Amino acid sequence: MDLSYGKQYEDFRAEVQTFLARHWPPKGTDAGQNKEEGARRFRELASEHGFLNRAIPKQYGGSEQEPDEIKANIIREEFMKARAPGDVRGIGTMMLVPTLLEKGEDWQKEKFVAPTIRGEFGWCQGYSEPGSGSDLASLKTRAELIGDEWVINGQKIWTTTAKTADYMFCLCRTEPEASKHAGISYLLIPMKQPGIEVRPLRQMTGGADFNEVFLTNAKTPKNWIVGKRGEGWLVSRATLKHERNSIGAAAQSTAVFAGLVHLAKTAKRGGKPAIEDSEVRQRLATIEGYVRSHEYSGYRQLTLNARGENPGILQLLNKLSSTNIGNEVAKLALDLLGEDGLLDPTAAEEMVVLPTGSRSWMNQYMYSLGIAVAGGTANIQRNVIGERGLGLPRDVFADRSPGK
Amino acid sequence: MNFELSEEQQLLQQTVRQYLENECPPTHARAVFEGETGFDPALWKGMVEMGIAGLHLAEAYGGAGLEMIDLAVVSETIGWGGAPGPFLGHALAGLAIQLGGSDAQKERWLPRLAAGDALATIALAEAGGLWQPEDWTLAAGNKLEGAKVNVPFASLADVFVVGVAGGGLALVEKAAAGLEIHPMGGVDRGRRIDRISFEGTPAEALPKGAEISSRVRDAGLVLLAADAFGAGSRLLDMCVKYAKTREQFGVTIGHFQALKHQLANMALEIEPARALYWYAAHAFDHIQAQAPRSAALAKAHLTDRAMQIARDSVEAHGGIGFTWECDVQLWFKRILFDRAFLGTPAVHRERAAKLAGW
Repeated sequence: MDLSYGKQYEDFRAEVQTFLARHWPPKGTDAGQNKEEGARRFRELASEHGFLNRAIPKQYGGSEQEPDEIKANIIREEFMKARAPGDVRGIGTMMLVPTLLEKGEDWQKEKFVAPTIRGEFGWCQGYSEPGSGSDLASLKTRAELIGDEWVINGQKIWTTTAKTADYMFCLCRTEPEASKHAGISYLLIPMKQPGIEVRPLRQMTGGADFNEVFLTNAKTPKNWIVGKRGEGWLVSRATLKHERNSIGAAAQSTAVFAGLVHLAKTAKRGGKPAIEDSEVRQRLATIEGYVRSHEYSGYRQLTLNARGENPGILQLLNKLSSTNIGNEVAKLALDLLGEDGLLDPTAAEEMVVLPTGSRSWMNQYMYSLGIAVAGGTANIQRNVIGERGLGLPRDVFADRSPGK
Repeated sequence: MNFELSEEQQLLQQTVRQYLENECPPTHARAVFEGETGFDPALWKGMVEMGIAGLHLAEAYGGAGLEMIDLAVVSETIGWGGAPGPFLGHALAGLAIQLGGSDAQKERWLPRLAAGDALATIALAEAGGLWQPEDWTLAAGNKLEGAKVNVPFASLADVFVVGVAGGGLALVEKAAAGLEIHPMGGVDRGRRIDRISFEGTPAEALPKGAEISSRVRDAGLVLLAADAFGAGSRLLDMCVKYAKTREQFGVTIGHFQALKHQLANMALEIEPARALYWYAAHAFDHIQAQAPRSAALAKAHLTDRAMQIARDSVEAHGGIGFTWECDVQLWFKRILFDRAFLGTPAVHRERAAKLAGW
């Protein structure tokens, strides 16, 4: 075991640092330009140096580097330290682009990939529907081919970024006669058109991170389909292979835990810092056991990914580990807040005297529940762990395919 | 970045595992568990022949000169196998003599311990949960007066490493005058414990005992955490296997989400924690500033997680899980030992809190 990166990689790290020192923040003639333009030009340069868009072929605007998890990790670490803009992050770059690269036609890659990784095309994901959550393949939004266009009718829900997105990648039922999974196609749909209405969905925290999207005779060209008709389910599954990299999630857990320790030091119990209270100490150390397990398991996954080996069940556990830690942190934070737990974090600032720190912890207390549901509920995740990780038989009901 | 076992370590683990699968299947572990002494000389001899008794001892004394991670991986595998025997006490006593002994003490004992010609154990705890070096009250000196409890396999040991007031360590030999051994009826019958008492019993201090006794404790915490991980993952394997074979309502019970989710939660509890004991073992040799705290966290977390897995395992087996005949109890009791020995999780969480400056 060796937790350093080794000479070859430390040299690479130095190279990244030199690049960052020279180019971020923008210097010389570039220094005066507006912020967005500065970030755009920096990303372009970083991509030319092979630091960004590494998995994207050059012909589609990427830097086409040999896959190297450790280099990718070093780049993330150094860019984060320098607060430099990294790869454009969003559902478009994380989900659509890998899917297009694997399953899309050449003209689709040419049209969509480069502007998406530059951040010029924003995307949203049209998967969940009011009646199709965990049982996603039961979705009902219809797309009919009329002439040279798909005409789409239905409703999508939990659609993050729908208000700002230029396009949606969307699962629609195109083959109503086919069985459940085989009747679905994967369509790309322009969002700025009369047939699409976006309504924000207010969540319990008071914010509105999600939307409902109503499609009423919305239209998209015939060839804006990824894969063949009826292959949409398989196309959407291809993205799952790109679910990787636990390090990011573990870093989040360690950061939120550090925040909790800070809260315990500043909050009071019986007139003394709460962190001197033995119950608080026990609970903090208990949570830390989970946090470090998650963090160090991330090191192991990084090692195995870098070698091209499959980390197996560990990879399936990441999401639940993160959400469980988030939940435990939130529960202890609420106890530490004491009477501040009475107050509404969304109330106007002049109305209540809720310190900023408490405000964000109250928000986190509720927000952690959203994280647990996003991208598949914890119970669905438990099915995945049981079936794919432990090799238990598929659920009796999920085996059935009622279709239509 | 390399946070994975080396090929040699994987081979070591496979070799020990294979040995235990052949020589110590659950039927055998149970026979020893239910037997008179809780000790199987032939099983131990085989482990000694694989080099386990001196894995961490210097090559100059006939050991293999390996690190804590190697020893911990073996401890995990022994926990996985549910193998009864004196590994823990022997390994820790050898470590204490190696780190704290004089040249003469090392020469006298280490080659025999590495070769398995002599068996050693540790006598640290005093009644009332006094496990940690700073807790020990037994007066140091050339003659000991008093008692130690929770001493693994005292009746088999040729030499004892005894904790004394001020955090020091002393050697007491089997034949020493005034040494008496009283079985305590430990819950893990594969790792018997005894109370030993001294009445003017001759002892010889380890010169550097007080400097290194906390290192020995930390090593013990890592080995217990590893053992608990092995035992917990074995129980999970057993539950998964049972869920795939036991039928109710016409299907194997693994189809039912209630059980599937319970098993998924067990995997979630135990599997990532492997990295926690690896890290603590790695830190023991390579990141010494973090070693005490990592060991404390690993012991607290893993033994608690494994204990919950053991309870869940009884439940997952239904009525049969509650019987003496079901093998779950062997590992259940093994984990009880791992959890209480050297101090409960709460003790080590408080230590971790202190060590973090909280």
